Formats: sequence, structure tokens, C-alpha cells
Amino acid sequence: MSVPVLEMKEISKSFYGTQVLKNVSLTVGKGEIHCLVGENGAGKSTLMNILFGMPVIINTGGFEGSIFINGEQMAFDSPRAAIDAGIGMVHQEFMLLPGFSVTENVKLNREVTKRNLFSAVFGKKMETLNRRQMAQDTRSALDRLGMSIDEWVPVAGLPVGYLQFVEIAREIDKENLQLLVLDEPTAVLTESEAEQFLGVIQRLARSGISILFITHRLDEVMAVADRITILKDGELVSSGPREDYTISQIAELMVGRKIDTQARKQRSSSPAKQEVVLEIRDLRVDMPGERLRGIDLDVYRGEILGIGGLAGHGKVGLANGIMGLYPSQGRVLYEGQEVPLNDTKAALRMGLAFVSEDRRGVGLVLEDTIANNIVLTSMQSQDKFLKPGLLKLKDERKIREHALESIEKFDIRCTGPEQIVRRLSGGNQQKVCLARAFTQEPKLLFVSEPTRGIDVGAKSRVLELIVQLNEMGVTVVFTSSELAELRSIADRIAIVYEGRLAGILPPDAPDVQYGLLMAGKSLEEVGAR
Amino acid sequence: MNQVKRLVARNAVPLLFAVVCLLGVYFAKMPGQFLLMEIVNRVARNSFLVLSLIIPVAAGMGLNFGIVLGALAGQIALILATHWEWAGTGGFLLTALMATPLAVLFGFLAGTLLNKAKGREMITGMVMGFFANGLYQFVFLFLVGTLIPFDNPRLRISTGPGLRNTIDLFRLKGALDGLWQIQAGLFVRIPVVTFLVIAALAVAIWAFFRTKLGQEFRAIGQDRHIAGVAGINVDRNRILAIIFSTVLAAWGQLIFLQNIGTLNTYNSHEQVGTFAIAALLIGGASVTKATIAQALTGTLLFHLLFAVSPRAGQTIFGSAQVGEYFRVFVAYGIIAISLALHAWQTRSAAKARLEEDASA
Repeated sequence: MSVPVLEMKEISKSFYGTQVLKNVSLTVGKGEIHCLVGENGAGKSTLMNILFGMPVIINTGGFEGSIFINGEQMAFDSPRAAIDAGIGMVHQEFMLLPGFSVTENVKLNREVTKRNLFSAVFGKKMETLNRRQMAQDTRSALDRLGMSIDEWVPVAGLPVGYLQFVEIAREIDKENLQLLVLDEPTAVLTESEAEQFLGVIQRLARSGISILFITHRLDEVMAVADRITILKDGELVSSGPREDYTISQIAELMVGRKIDTQARKQRSSSPAKQEVVLEIRDLRVDMPGERLRGIDLDVYRGEILGIGGLAGHGKVGLANGIMGLYPSQGRVLYEGQEVPLNDTKAALRMGLAFVSEDRRGVGLVLEDTIANNIVLTSMQSQDKFLKPGLLKLKDERKIREHALESIEKFDIRCTGPEQIVRRLSGGNQQKVCLARAFTQEPKLLFVSEPTRGIDVGAKSRVLELIVQLNEMGVTVVFTSSELAELRSIADRIAIVYEGRLAGILPPDAPDVQYGLLMAGKSLEEVGAR
Repeated sequence: MNQVKRLVARNAVPLLFAVVCLLGVYFAKMPGQFLLMEIVNRVARNSFLVLSLIIPVAAGMGLNFGIVLGALAGQIALILATHWEWAGTGGFLLTALMATPLAVLFGFLAGTLLNKAKGREMITGMVMGFFANGLYQFVFLFLVGTLIPFDNPRLRISTGPGLRNTIDLFRLKGALDGLWQIQAGLFVRIPVVTFLVIAALAVAIWAFFRTKLGQEFRAIGQDRHIAGVAGINVDRNRILAIIFSTVLAAWGQLIFLQNIGTLNTYNSHEQVGTFAIAALLIGGASVTKATIAQALTGTLLFHLLFAVSPRAGQTIFGSAQVGEYFRVFVAYGIIAISLALHAWQTRSAAKARLEEDASA
């Protein structure tokens, strides 16, 4: 066999003491389509960042292991170096400038120029753009992709599906391109666009360009891959030619994780699944990166409803939309009453509470004290903790008493209620958020990603607290990227895919079913009960 | 019909302003010749300064109050030129030459600071202007005549240290304007060379955005992150953009002052930023997009309002003072309205996306 285009050997990487990649090796041959699959946080992006010499990697102490291009060892210290070595990357989020035309984007920072009077004095940077040549190059790249769009159209007006092709046109316009990395390119495409797209990458592969294809859509993997590599929790779990796998095997390998380490928390009562407390109809939320495109969902009184799904599919949009943090449309009924959308205060007044996934940005006033953070929402939306009278002065004593009580109840490790929240650890900050939500005495609580970025001990404590709140009669809608976590406390788990509800599964459903739902299969296809 | 609507919506600010101006012209009842003279004079004086804002806007640094620093550089050079009694067009060019390295230095410092305040350039630039003003006053009001030996009775305050409040620039007055003037009618004299210089700057800016560097600026202006990933050196280019702007502003301030003929030592630079920004916004520019046409229309409308408002105030309210207040009110009001409109348009774009989704 000839020398592989790319060989990554025994790559390990840790961020601040947390190991995110362990001894991962990857080989891509010439003209091969290599699919890299894995759940969120499996380490795919980190691996690609390493390959691309991204500053995130360099600034956090580099990595272990070695990279070979065409058998030659490389040390990429910047994206520039990787590009020069013939690696192209199409990022998950579009790297296109909306105000530029297709040509200007394709040729960004690789413009063809011609000399003029000033460039003779001031150097190359002052050379005039050779717009005709730029357009010609772009045209030929677009033609190779079978795209008929005009090369001078501004990118801003193009349908999302086309943007992907413009990105690829930019990469193949680079003459030395050998390896093209595609990071979840089809996530935003419609079915027919995705089909066209897959055709294009097969054509590229035949022309000798190797392709490293990261995707969550397993049927695409089966359709185009020559080889498949599966990552899980930073480790390589399996790698081999496509013929060795079936879709459900891949799904199982992807999500099947150490369920046993997160045993299901004991629940004393199980909810009656009759009474609908929250009715969501055709909810659309314009939350950048997490858009919801029309979801219908019922939440039963007294349950913990888990919301899962892969990043970027809109699961976090749900709570943010209902609580009025991002523009939304649709109908939401709480206890039979319409919840006014785009109005946070109204939602709070109706007795809904929200623990945001953005703990440090939205969740807390970082520079304020624990006590003030705990009472803030209640004070603002329910006029609690205020002295009687017109001036609405803060009742400091009541606040302090309540804060002390909460600190004990929620086991917040701190020097006292006057401590500044910024100085707390992530886990304790999260407890402050929960304490604040609890202070509102909500009947329905949204909790998003409460365990993100906190250590293992605190994680399990936070989950216990959620269960405790639930047992006191609070209905909980619990959003998390960690499936294991959802399965440990939720009564039902709704999976969101591409901004819509893919299906609802019981927590004890097999891994395969979860994997397939997250990858865009329907409940029937999954064969769930 | 729809197209007309869109055209109106897109140019809402300049149209609104044109209406206000026309009302002002109507009520002021100024003689046409006189009004024209005022306008020609003011546009010649100010256009260069307003144009100097286009480059940083395109590079994504917002409407930059950093041009105040450029104006300061111009004034420092002008003070020295007056001291050494440079005169005429040669003296003017020499002054511009002397202002340039100062402006480059100020621009470099400002750019370095603004790189540490990405996304908050406008307010940072504004405060930076105040700070620079403080330093400037410290030097020329206090150090001159104490630490800095300087003994020119025409420039120094006679009773203590510091420069006079107003400095007569008689040797440089009209150094550019006076080169070649065309008399049109009784009052109107068109300073041809000044307009040629302005035209040359407009062409230069136009050509600049067709060079590699100009393209890099525009890319950074749209998205720093994407430009960076494409291998463009974002920080360095941002500093360059500010330097271009301060240098142009220094020259612009010189053009402005040679037209006026006197230097208000401690005030001339203060309103440079606000007025230039107001003019640009009135022309329909936004925080993220400004064109040469917008700069020039804006300057014209802005000065039209300034010229007519005292008289209009006189006829409507019976007091020129009220007109004076009114124009300041309108100038700042326009900045507020434009910024609010910009935010509102961004929001309605998000809404439109949702609706598009719903219909899809």
C-alpha cells in the first residue's frame, strides 16, 4: 500500500488536567473517504484542532503524539502551516463573510493581485485585486462542484445549503489541497442538498483528494465511507472498513457509555402521567446555533422530563425560548393559560423558573454576593424580600436569613452569604443558581446543562438536588448533553433533532435507540416501544 | 412599489434629515446666494475630516472617536508652524508633513489600545479622546512656559504660562483655499483646490478598497474571527486602519483650520469627532457600513442644517439662540436615532428569519 496522506499517531491531549484524548491514532489513505463519528465531547473537534494547529491547542500546552503527512513528520504551530501542507478544513459553523461575494469569499486572503504605482513604493499589500482572474478561478472551482451560482452574488442572500458548497469551493481552489476535513457539513442541509453534497465529495475523492468526514448522520456514513473511526470519551473504540459495520452497531459503539457508574438515583414517588401541566405547540426559537424549528411537547405534572440531543440541534433553545431570552414564536400553555412569549418577566410571574446553561453569563451576577444572587429573581419579579412601603427598599435581614438557610440546604461551600459569586467553584455557583430558582418557589423549573464544567462530586450533588426539588412537587424540564445523566434522573427523555422532536424514550431504552434518534432516525425506524 | 418602499426604508435617515433641512431653509428665508456661500464654505472645510472616518468603519472599528487624536496632531503641528512663522502654501504643506509622524504615533497608540477593547471601540475611543484632551491641555496650558521654554508673545498668555485661547493663523489662512478660487455670483467663491483635494481623497479611498490591504480591512470589518482563520493578521491591520484614519484626520483638521483662520487652542478639536460622526450617520451610514457617497451627502445635509437653523429659530421662535440649541439637539439626536435604528433593524432581521422558517 502506498504511503497514507495523513497519519496521526497516539495523540493525547489534556486541558487543564482533564484528559480529552487518549492515544488516538488515525490513518487516511489517498482518495479515501474516512468518516469520524462520536458523540458530543468524544474528542472529534479536539482531534481536528490538533491537526489544524489551532491556537487553542498551542496555548494550552500542545499535545502528545505525532502527525505525518505523506510519511513526513509535521509540527503544525498555526492554521497557516496546516494549510500550506495541503490540509483544508470546512468548519462546522460557516467561515464565510456575508457581505462579500462568492468570489471574494473563495479567494479570501489568497487574492490574485496585479502591480500598480503605489505597490511599487509601499509593497505587495497595496497591489490592486485582479478581480477578473479571481472570478475565473472561482468559476472553475464551482464548476468542479457542479454549482451553477453566479460568482459575484453576495453570500448573504444564498440559501444555507449553498454556503457549504462555497466553503468547499474555497478549499478546492487551493492548488495543493490533499486532505479536506469536513466538520459536520450536512447538519444544516436539507435531504436533497445533502444527497448532492455526498455526490460531490465522492467525486472529489475520485479525483484523488482524501476526505475526513465528521458527521452524526449514520446513514451518510454508510453511504459514502471507505473507512470508519469511532471515538468515545476521548478514546478510539473502533476503526475499520465500512463493510465491517451496521448502522446500529455504530450507534451502540457511539453512545454506549459507562451507565453503571451513574446509577439511577432513587426516586420515592413516580409521577402520575395524566395531567398535562405545560403544553408546547409549534414552538420556534431563534437562538443562534441552537434554533428550534417547531416543536410540540407535553410536560406532565410532577415529572422530570429530560431533553437530549446533539449540540446545535436546538435542545437548549426550548427553555431559552419559553423564558423569553431569545425571539420565539408559537403557543405555550401553562396550567391552561397562555404563556406570553418574548416576555421573561411574565414567564417568571407565572411561576416558571430557569437555571440557565450559561451560568456565568446569564445565570449569575458574578460580581455580586451569594445572598443577592439568591434573592435577585424573587425580588425583581415577585416583590419578595422588600420592606413594605412605596420605596421598595431591600429587607437586608430577611435576605441574609434566607441566604444562610439556602447555603445550608444546598450545601454551598463558601465563607458566608457576603462572598462574591465569582470566587466560588463551578459546582457551588451552580448550587447558587438552583437556590435562586428554588427561592422563587416555582411550580415548573427548567434546568439546562447544570453539570457542565463542574467536578464529579458536585455533579452528583447537583443531580440529587434536582431530584429533591422534584419530590417537593416541582415539575422539572432537564436539558443535558450527557445522556447518562438524563437517564439517571429523568422519567422520560425527549430527543431533539434539527430543531424538531425526534421522539421520546424511557430512560431504560437501549443505547442503540438513543444513538439512532440522535442521528436523525424516527421512532418507528428505531423500533422503540 | 415595494422597491420604492425598500429604497425609502434603507435611506430613512438621510431622507428624514433632508425634510428637516428643507423646512429649515423654508423658514430661514435666507438669500440663496448667501446660503450657497455658507454651504460651499462649510462643505469644503469639513468633508476631508468626515471621509477620514470611512476606513476604520470599514475595518469594523465602529464610528471612531479616535480621529480626535488625529486632529490634535494637526493642531500641534499648526502651533509650531505658527511659532516658526511658516507661511503660504509651502508652509501649509510643511505643516502637514510635520503633523504626519505625530498622527502616526498617536494612531499607533490608539490602535494598540483599541485592540485591547474589541467590540467596545466607540466608547473606548471617546474616553481616549477625553484623556488625550487632558494631556494636550496639560502640555499647552501648563508646561509651555514653565518646563518647556517658549517665549512667543503672540502665542503665550501674557500673565503666566500656557498658550493663548485663540491663535491667529493669519500666515496660513486660506493657504489651500486661496490658491485658486472661482467667483460664482456675488458671494460664492469656490475653493477649487480644496475640492480637488477632497475628490482626490475620495478616489484614493475608493481605490484603496480595491487593493489587497483594503480587502483585508473589509474582511476584518465583517468578522474578525473568520478573517483570522483565513490567515489575516487582525490586530496589525486594525492598528493600520486607525493610523490611516488619524493621519487623514490630522490633514483634515489642517484644511479645516486654514479655512477658519483662527485656532481655538483648547476647543477646536473637541467637536471634531462628534460632528464628523453625526455627518456620517446623517448620510445614512451605520456603525458597520459607510460609503464615500454617504459621507459626502451627510456632510452636505449636516451643514445645511447648521447654516439655516439660527435663522429658522429666529423666525419660528423669535430667538436665534433657540435655533442654536435646536441644531445641537438635532445633531446629537441623529446619532441616537441612527444607532437605535441600527439595533432595531438587526432585531427585525432575526424576526424575519423566524417567519421565513415558519413558512418553509
